[in-house]
Amino acid sequence: MRVIVDRTRCIGSGSCAATVPEVFDQDQNDGTVVLLDPSPPSKLHEAVRCAATLCPGCAITVEEG
Amino acid sequence: MSTIAHDPPLFPMERANPLDPPAAYAQLRQEAPLVRVRLWDGSSAWLATRSQDVRAVLVDPRFSADGSVAGFPMISAARRSLLTAGSPQLAQLDPPDHTRLRKALAGEFTFKRIEALRPFVAGTVAQLLEAMVKQGPPLDFVENFALKLPSMVISKLLGVPYEEHEFFEECSRRRVALDVDPHVPVQAGKDMAAYCDRLLRQKERDPDASDDLLSRLARDQILPGHLTHEEGVSLANQLVMAGHETTANMIALGTLSLILCPEELAKLQADPALTASAVEEMLRYHTIVHFSIARIAKEDVEIGGQRIARGEGLFVLITAANRDPGSFTDPDRFDVARKTRNHFAFSFGIHQCLGQALARLEMQEVFAVLFRRLSDLRLAVPFDALSFKHRNMVYGVHQLPVVWGERGAG
Repeated sequence: MRVIVDRTRCIGSGSCAATVPEVFDQDQNDGTVVLLDPSPPSKLHEAVRCAATLCPGCAITVEEG
Repeated sequence: MSTIAHDPPLFPMERANPLDPPAAYAQLRQEAPLVRVRLWDGSSAWLATRSQDVRAVLVDPRFSADGSVAGFPMISAARRSLLTAGSPQLAQLDPPDHTRLRKALAGEFTFKRIEALRPFVAGTVAQLLEAMVKQGPPLDFVENFALKLPSMVISKLLGVPYEEHEFFEECSRRRVALDVDPHVPVQAGKDMAAYCDRLLRQKERDPDASDDLLSRLARDQILPGHLTHEEGVSLANQLVMAGHETTANMIALGTLSLILCPEELAKLQADPALTASAVEEMLRYHTIVHFSIARIAKEDVEIGGQRIARGEGLFVLITAANRDPGSFTDPDRFDVARKTRNHFAFSFGIHQCLGQALARLEMQEVFAVLFRRLSDLRLAVPFDALSFKHRNMVYGVHQLPVVWGERGAG
């Protein structure tokens, strides 16, 4: 799995950081997503997919495989 | 596309059961992807009721949230005067202004920053429950707890003196009412803006005097010129209002739903790990921003197979989307163990609630302890005696008289 974030679409809702803190964090100045792990381990894949669905700015893309 | 022979229904519809959306929503959801509705002033608008359409509209930049655009759909005269007067709210701004103002605040509401408030919120919950126990039943739960907690928390976070809570709570009440004279919400906005103007000027004079959000806004955004003073006043105004009114109503309705569903309460009490999912379920089930999210098409758009012409307005009914059987199994059932966070209670897209982490945190701290501290918490009046905020922007219950502890004989 490869995770891509689009910081221009991010509105800093923090849904991703709340869902998978191992993979996503937020910039402390403007709340924008900080990608901690672009290739997360398989045990986190389900949670990362969930974070992508929950993202209100549609800023997270997940490439499977 | 089918032609609707009958007159479009009047929106908003009335609720038959205070804790369920109007029955018509389920019918409209089945009827067509988007339906035409009639409004109070004789104008018409589209209504999106299905979760997939609601989501599609809310993430589509071809729709504007700008209430000052001619033809923007309004649910009442009071609402129209509020949206077309004064400085626009974040929720009514489009990019790039929206992006700039929201980013000025988003750092204050990150998941981690809000988590750091948990001990303060837990302490405030304990203090308020202690005061209720000391006073003894019966008490109005709204006045003594549900409204107090978010007011105290937002005051502390922003650096607004809590002693002035009656003033800002009263402004908020005037602002959210739908059927009042159109001058009322506008005046409430002005009163609140005048207050925030004075407060923010103080913070600008001495931004290091105290460590709070508005002082940081003055120091990091206004004084360096990233935001104007007027923009700061408008943001402060919105933060005070949105920070207490919504959460207060959710705490009261969440409490009511647990009182009314003893088997759900028992599940939660047996397994405190369900607190977070119970909170999400309350948010989904009650969806208190119950009819006011609206958009206008900036160009022709097709949603769910229906063409919406440029300049046509629509209401995005998150209340209906959150009861869509296409997304939620047995959607009208209140189930504290439901594992769903993909609801629209905080809306979706770029305008999704800025304070959602704070609202969640407050509710989690409340429902982790409330029914333990106030054992056998129950209504002091029959359910039918409760009065609900049918004609308010934010749904809720006006008062919630409760008793707790041992039941008296007879």
